[in-house]
Parts: sequence; C-alpha cells; structure tokens
Amino acid sequence: MRIPLAALIGLFFTALYFLMAIFAPLIAPYGMAEIVGDVWEPSSSRFLLGTDSIGRDLLSRMIYGGRTTIWIATMATALSFITGSVLAFLAAVTGGWVDQALSRFVDLIMSIPSLIFALVVLSVMPVTVTVLIVVMGLLDATRVYRLARAVAVDITVMDYVEAARLRGEKTMWIIFREILPNALSPLIAEMGLRFIFMVLFVSTLSFLGLGVQPPQADWGGIVKENKEGIVYGIPAALVPAFAIATLAISVNLVADWILNRTTSLKGGRG
Amino acid sequence: MHPVLKLVAQRIALSTLLLLAASVLIFVGTTILPGDVAQQILGQSATPESLANLRAELGLNDPAVTRYLAWLGAALQGDLGTALTNGRDIAESLGQRLGNTMFLAFWAAVISVPLAIFLGLLAVRFRDRWPDKLISGVTLASISIPEFLIGYVLMYFFAVKLGWAPSVAMINDSMSVWQKLNAIALPVGVLTLVVLAHMMRMTRAAILNVMQSAYIETAELKGLSTFSVIRRHAFPNAVAPIVNVVMLNLAYLVVGVVVIEVVFVYPGMGQYLVDHVAKRDVPVVQACGLVFAAVYIGLNMIADIVSILANPRLRHPK
Repeated sequence: MRIPLAALIGLFFTALYFLMAIFAPLIAPYGMAEIVGDVWEPSSSRFLLGTDSIGRDLLSRMIYGGRTTIWIATMATALSFITGSVLAFLAAVTGGWVDQALSRFVDLIMSIPSLIFALVVLSVMPVTVTVLIVVMGLLDATRVYRLARAVAVDITVMDYVEAARLRGEKTMWIIFREILPNALSPLIAEMGLRFIFMVLFVSTLSFLGLGVQPPQADWGGIVKENKEGIVYGIPAALVPAFAIATLAISVNLVADWILNRTTSLKGGRG
Repeated sequence: MHPVLKLVAQRIALSTLLLLAASVLIFVGTTILPGDVAQQILGQSATPESLANLRAELGLNDPAVTRYLAWLGAALQGDLGTALTNGRDIAESLGQRLGNTMFLAFWAAVISVPLAIFLGLLAVRFRDRWPDKLISGVTLASISIPEFLIGYVLMYFFAVKLGWAPSVAMINDSMSVWQKLNAIALPVGVLTLVVLAHMMRMTRAAILNVMQSAYIETAELKGLSTFSVIRRHAFPNAVAPIVNVVMLNLAYLVVGVVVIEVVFVYPGMGQYLVDHVAKRDVPVVQACGLVFAAVYIGLNMIADIVSILANPRLRHPK
C-alpha cells in the first residue's frame, strides 16, 4: 500500500500534535503559568517562541494549550458521535413518530447557528471544561445525526436487516450488530471533519473569552491573551492561530485519504 | 390560489413556525438550565435577601410559561426589555448595532458573491487543470483556518506593517461613507476570504452537476464552445442551486461576523452579544439570539423560495 505524500504530511503533523499533547509536562521547558521573563520577549535560545503578554514562556503555553484544545475537541467529538449516531440508528430502525420527533427536533436546533446557540447557553452556565465538552458535543451531535440517519436508512432496507427482524431480534441488537458495522466507514471519515470543527469551535469560544478560562492555557485563549500585541507588530498571537490551522489541515488531509481509501475498497465512487 | 403562491406561502408559514420554536429554545436555554441567573449576576457572595429581590425583579418566581409568553409578547411589539448591566433599552442599542453589522455583511456580500461565481465558473472551465486544483487547495485550507487567524494575519501585514488601513474598525454616524468604507476595508476582506472558498466550491459543484446531464452533451456534440455551453445551457439550470449557495453563505456570514467584529473591535451585533454573554446579561443575550436566529432562518427561507421560483420541478411536490 502506498500512502500519498499529502496524507503522510497530514499523518506526521497530526501525530506530532497528539504526542505533544500527551507528553506535555515532559516536553514543556517551563511550567504552564510560570512567569519566567519580560513581557513579549522576542524569540531567543532561552525562549524559543519568545514570551507572552505577562512574561510566560510561549512555547510551554503552546504545548499545554495544545493539550487542552485537543483533549476538549476529542471528548466533544466522541460525545457527539455516540449521541448522534445512537439516536440516528434508533430513529432509522424504529421509524414512525420516534423518527419524526427526533428529526424535527434536530432541524430545530440546526435552525439556530451553533456558535450563537452555544453563546446563549454559556451565558447562564458556569464555563468549565466539562460544560464546554457537553455543550459542543450535543450541539454537534445534530450534524452526526443527519449523516448517520441518512446512512442507516439505506441499510435498514437491506435483506439482512429484514432477516434479523424476522428472526425476532431486539432493536438494540439490530442497531449494534447489523447497522453499526455497516455504517462505520462513512462515519469514521466524517469523524475527522467533526474533530476539526470542534478544534475551531473551542478555539473560537476561548478567543471570545467564553471558553477555557485563564490561567488554563488553550490555543484560542493564547490568541486572545496576545492579541493586543498585534497592533505593536508583535506576532505572538499568530503562533497559536497557525497551530490551530496546521492541526486542522493535517487532520483534513488524513480524513481525505481515509475517505478515498474506504470508498475505493468498495469499488469507488467514480 | 396559484400553486406557486401556495408553496411560497407554505414556506413562509413554516419559517415563522420554526422561528417561534427557536424562540422557545432560546428561552428554555437561558432559563431552565441549572444555572441560576440571579446567582450568576450577583456572584457567590450575594446575600439571600438581594437574591430574592433580584429574582422578584426579574420575574423569576413566575412559572416559565408565563415568563415566556410575556417575553415573546413584548418582543413582538418591538420591546426587548432593558439590559441588566446598564439599564438601557435593548431594542435601541440593538437596532443601531444591527445596522452596523448589516453594513459590514452587505459589503462583504457585494464583493464575495460575484467573485465566487466567476471563480467557480473558471474552475469548471479549467476542470482538473491548475486553476481548478488551486481552488480546491485553497478551499481545503480555508475550511481549516480559524476566522481570527485570517483576521490577525491581514491586520498584521496590511494595517501594522504596511499601514494601508486602520487596524481597528471604529465607525460612527459622523463619518462619511468613504471614511466608513476605509474603516471596514480589512474586516470586509476577511469576511470575503472566509466565505469565498466555500461559495466557489459549491458553485463549481452545482455547475458540474448540470454539466454532466444529457442536454449539455448534446450541446457539446453539436459543436458549441465551452463558454457558450456554460452560458446558454448550464447557467440557466444552475441558477437555483447557485442562489441557494449564496443564501446559505450569507447566513454563514452573519455568524462569521461575530468573531470578525471582536477581532476588529467593530461596534456591531456580534460584539454586543459576546460582551453581554461575558457579563451574563440574559435579556440582551436572548434578544441577540432571537435576532440572529431570525436572520438565519429568514435567509434560508429566501433560498428555498428562490429555488421554488427558479425551478419548475420543485413546484410539484410528490
């Protein structure tokens, strides 16, 4: 099997960022909230990326920040996939009013832009990492639901599902043993895109000051902390923004490759 | 009634219903969730008496349904209540800021829509050659890049390094239109970049979809040039999907504006919403949420109606 260059680059950076997230305390040269130098020192051998708006080492904050961002995005993606696909399969298998009620409810939630809805909800909730994961995960579950339902509806008319029904299998058995294995590959390809969306979502919320709260570092928050520097020509805020972009592009490249591979295994889409 | 009018009326009724349901959702989202508004406003150190007073003042002791109906009834009459933080009339502040946001979104749309359609056509014309590949690459990058990165990169180079445009987009009523346009040059540029790639790609897909049909093959076989095939046969059939794409992206623009306004400190709706979410000023958040939802649902409704008008096949529901 030959892996295309674009996918290799994507895999490399994705792996790099995830490893950095996992081993953050071992790699980071300084502590996450440790003030070690002057305000906005330029890059030097002591501080590879310089220092931030209150004199913390930017590289260390970037590494810890990546950890927070990736953790939140991963958990929210997992939550949105589990909620979205289980409800979608349930709707597709049961049909009737359950399907109607769930689908119309999803339509309703999607009629409000998710960023606006998240802001509305966060105005009355305490902003903690758990709340962020739950709000983002549940809002995004609507998109997973739409895809998973479309896939599952095609599968439920297959003969093997009919056979399972006639054997008298329970709904849960049909969902997990017949539908899930067959719906997995389109869902996994979608997972990469949802993960990117979550990274952008949590970064945007933190950038607006309504996501991860300081002194906890995360990439969107680091942009916010250093944004005043831009006007004085200090590019510290661009570093985390570039990290977000490269992570998102890398995951996208990998997801594209997986999508192409899984579809070509099935004979391709032309 | 004419069948087309009937379909359009149905779409409008459906959208109204959807907006009503959205208002319920916004209300429920800000009131029934575990957070206590009074506690959030006054903080942990509040005395029980002041909490009770504030709850009474906000009407938090009434049942939720009563509060919802009172809120909705007032909102329908244009009364959005007063802000908790500064006691000012919300409808008044909101109206001015909505105007500013629309000004920004309008110019972004004026630039991005024709550009996106032109580039989309270009991508179809040079399919699988370098202009097409470049456009696909840019699209991949642009859906992965956060809006604030584009914002700060443009600000860093064009405002700080080159000094072509101001880095903060402050506008007020005393400025002339040219001064205003100069002030919003950078945010408009960012918004254009944000929606351009998406719109381009969807335009390309819509036209390619048409290009694969049998009548296009006939036109090609009878020897028409590629551009006249696009102009005479493909474009009329692709208008409805393209208008759809444009409307969906305008809806996206309205949301993207939130982040861009914060980046450029622009006095619009988005900034207003974000400020008051941080201050936990619930009436303002509800009002902003309602206005954003209304604009979003409205644009989607227009997209549907235009498709119905442009495509006779949609006029006969099965």
